[in-house]
Formats: sequence, C-alpha cells, structure tokens
Amino acid sequence: MHLESLSVVDWRSYASTDVALGPGVRVLVGPNAQGKTNLLEAVHYLATGASHRVASDAPLVRAGASAAVLRAQARVGEDARRATVEIEVRPGGRSRAQLNGQPQRRVADAVGVVRAVLFAPEDLALVRGDPSDRRRFLDGLLAQRRPAYAAARGEYERVLRQRNQLLKDARRRAGRVDATLADWTDALARAGATLLAARIAVVHALAGPTAAAYRELLAGPTGPEAADRVGLAYESSTGRRIAAEPEAGVPDPAELVEELRTALVERGDEEIERGITLVGPHRDELALAIGELPARGYASHGECWSLALALRLASREVLREVGDEPIVVLDDVFAELDVTRRARLAERCRGFEQVLISAAVDEDVPLDGVRYRVRGGTVIPLAEEVA
Amino acid sequence: MYEGPIQDVIEELGRLPGVGPKSAQRIAFHLLNVERADAQRLADAIVAVKDRVRFCARCFNVAEAEECRICRDARRDPRVLCVVEEPRDLMAIEKTSEFRGRYHVLGGAISPIDGVGPEQLRVKELMARLGEEAVEEIVLAMSPNIEGEATASYLARTLKAMDLRVSRIASGLPVGGDLEYADEVTLGRAFAGRTEV
Ligand SMILES: [Zn+2]
Repeated sequence: MHLESLSVVDWRSYASTDVALGPGVRVLVGPNAQGKTNLLEAVHYLATGASHRVASDAPLVRAGASAAVLRAQARVGEDARRATVEIEVRPGGRSRAQLNGQPQRRVADAVGVVRAVLFAPEDLALVRGDPSDRRRFLDGLLAQRRPAYAAARGEYERVLRQRNQLLKDARRRAGRVDATLADWTDALARAGATLLAARIAVVHALAGPTAAAYRELLAGPTGPEAADRVGLAYESSTGRRIAAEPEAGVPDPAELVEELRTALVERGDEEIERGITLVGPHRDELALAIGELPARGYASHGECWSLALALRLASREVLREVGDEPIVVLDDVFAELDVTRRARLAERCRGFEQVLISAAVDEDVPLDGVRYRVRGGTVIPLAEEVA
Repeated sequence: MYEGPIQDVIEELGRLPGVGPKSAQRIAFHLLNVERADAQRLADAIVAVKDRVRFCARCFNVAEAEECRICRDARRDPRVLCVVEEPRDLMAIEKTSEFRGRYHVLGGAISPIDGVGPEQLRVKELMARLGEEAVEEIVLAMSPNIEGEATASYLARTLKAMDLRVSRIASGLPVGGDLEYADEVTLGRAFAGRTEV
C-alpha cells in the first residue's frame, strides 16, 4: 500500500500542512528540529494508533490546541482502491477516527488500513535496551499483523494486575492465600498462552528475514555467510528457550497453558513472598545473538545499528505475508551509516512500494525519488520550489 | 459557573455514572424547560426508588416486597438456579424467555483490584440457599469478561465439590462485554447452548 497524501492539523509543530505523496521513494530534507520526524511520526500513528516516541498523546498536540487531526489518502489492496483514514487525537477526551468518511466506534477500528514499518534512531534500544524494549517490539509487530492480538494483550495485562493484587494481599496477610488464587492462576495461564503462541510464531517468522537483512547490510547480497550469523531465540519465563527455526510451526496453545500453569505453581511460594507474578509473557525475553555471542553487551555500535535495522526490515516481510505491503519509514537513518551500508540499504529499498525517508543532508540518501524541503513547519516539493 | 439551583442540578447530574459535564449541562437546561408536573414526576420517581425498592430476601433481585416477583411465582422451576452478577443481568436473561428457573444475584464479580473477593459477594447466601432449597442444577451466567470468568471458575470449582450439576452459558458472547449488552437473540442462544462443567 502507499499514501497519496498526508494532512496534519495542530500536530506537534504544525498548524496545518498537506503533503502530496505517491508510490516510490519520498525524501524529506531539512535541518534537524524543523518537523521532518513529526510527519513520519504521524504516519506511524495512523498505522498503529500510537506514537513511536512518546507514550501519551498530550505532547502530540500543538501547544494551545485541544486536538490534532491526521488524515491520509491511501491506495490499498491488490486492486489499489482508495481509502481515507482520519484520526482526531484528543488527549483530554475521547479520540475519534473515521474510515472512508464513516465514524468508527474506536480508534483501533481505523488503524491497520495504513500499514507501516518505521525505523528511527531510538530503535538502537531493540538491541541495547531492556527486555521490555524487545517485548514491545514483538507486541507492536503482532498487533499490526493481527488486530485481535492487541485485545488479547489488554486482557492479559488485566488478569496480571488482578493476580498481582491478590499476591500483594497474601504477602500483607503473612502468606494467607485467598481461595480464588487458583482461578486467577488459571486465567493467567490461559491468557498468557495466547500471547506466548503468537510471540513464538512471530519469532520463528522473523528469524530468516532478519538474518538475511543483516547479512546484506554487512556484506552485500552475495556476501559470505560468516561467523556473524544472526540468531533469534525466545526465552520464556518458564525456563524454556525456544531457538527460532524458520520452518517451525505455531505451537499448540493447550500445551503452553499447561507449561505456564506448572511453572506458576512451582514458583507459588516465591510469588507470595515477593507479592508479584514471576512467570508469564511479561517476563520473557527475545534473545539476539551475533555468531555465538549475545548482541546486547558484545556487539559494536555499527553491528547493533545494523541488527536493529535488520529487525525492522524483517518486520516488513512478516507483515507482507498477511496483507498489504507496508510503507517503509526511515527516520534519520542514512546519516548513521557509512557509505557502503548506505548503498546496501538503498539497494534493499529499491522495489518497495513506498519508502518515506527523512535526512538532514540530501546527498546522504543514494536513492532516486521525490524530494521535499521541510523548514519551519512548511513542506514543499523541491521541483515546485525551483519553479 | 452558573448561579444557584441550576448549578446544583448540573453538579448532581454530573455525579451520575456515564454523565459527563456537557451532558449534565444539557439535561439541566432541558429540565429548566419542562412542565413543573414532569419535573415533579421525575423527582418523585427518584425518591420512590430509594424508599420503596429493596432487595429480595431470597435471591437479592430488586423487589418491592419481602421477595421479588420471580421468587413468588410458583410456576418457576425451583430445581434450577441461575447465578448472575447484577439485577440488570437477570433482566437481560428474563427478556430472552429461555429460562424458567430462579435466580441468585451475587452483587458483583470477583475483582482483587477493587477489593472484591467471595466474601464481598453473596456467596455465603448462595450456599445457605443450597442447603435449604431443592436445587439440582446451577447455571452460571457471568459477564464474558475476565472478572466474570474468574467468578464462574471459582463458583464452578466450589459447587462441583458439593455434588451439584453445574453448567455455564455458552460463550460466543462478545468478549470483554457486559452480559446486559448482549442482544436478546445472542443471549437466548447462549442460554440454550449452555454446557455442563
Ligand atoms: Zn427473588
């Protein structure tokens, strides 16, 4: 899919701006802090219902305004039919969304039409950050792949809060456990198994494309497969480590329910002592390795950067399997790469339906495509500026 | 800020569930325009609900007498008992006409973060009824959300240990919703398709 146009009103630094887009490569050029990232953030928001930079909506709305409006005209599906998505971001109240002019019951019902994979400098945390950064990556990808995942995750989090409260109460009462703990353990195992099955399946699906993208960035498409092969593994808090295998199928949720329940019961005393749930998808880790070594802690800056980028490029492949080809959004990426890797990333992007790129220096982006100058809240296609 | 009684009405309405400041203002100005008799009728109805309505001594449904209309109805089957969270869930099931037994209203669902466990619900009263009445089958009709699930799971476990036949209304109801929001057809079908646990 691709965007034909993007409009923002009272979004970040923008009062009101329309940008005509289209398929192929589109490069937003301009000095830093002039609003390039804000536009790419809008695309991410339309695709996911959230910012990739901040957890709450308040900073997204221009100072003095009560709501921001994002509007995209898109071409979607195999028949490239027209679709319009509009989201009104209202931090103080209820945000609203429209799909093809029809008001939707929830914002979540309008996201997913625009599909996008965004890579930004903050993504270094995918490799260097805490396990929670990698869990967020998997959950974000799964929510885009299957809308039902976000609902399942919300349900799991609610069960977790309920069960943690019960454990906290038990700790306060010197270990006296409420009669309903067994029921909440059951509920947690069931809700957790749904997430676990989806996460393991997506790690399997990511493994091949991630290793391939990393190899290409490092050595070029025909480069030798060296000791720097990327490996993915899902480390469950039940103690099981599941090495990613591209051919592996989706695990049986019923078995995962039992596995979680057994592990929860085993650590029951410790849970009551600490007043917190110690087993479940909220404590799992996506382990990344380069060769034999864990990437976190051992990989160089350049390797971390390439691996994070490879994970995003692989996400594109995983999303493409189940629907429209997503837009690839590269925020301020080329400046961080050396000339060779810039050329390899550019090579990789050729043939993508739409690539939206931001850069401070035009020459850093070795790709043909339409250029836009972004300065002081205005966006002007470069050809127009010349004319 | 408005002056005097109109501001009082806006504030009182704003305290009601589901009424935001804007709706409160709209309702208040609507009330300002209605006939005095209509306003009086509303005021009387609100006072009457506090004075006259109480909970059925047997099933804890809302009632105007010692026992509710359903508990007093001799045609209802005393061998089957349907357990619900709130009186409004009972009303939703009544509308389907699928159920001819009696009810027991728990007064909520188990939710540790709200401080609600079995002791805060009318579970003790349910056990007492099972000792006194000739109940053979229990139908659990909790809301299809996680608190409803946990409540049903707890009750099923406890009741099975007492050698009772326990069934749950079939799922297929919108997950995360309240029972009362399920439309009558969906709920009726769920009732007909209840499964023994
Ligand atoms: Zn009654």
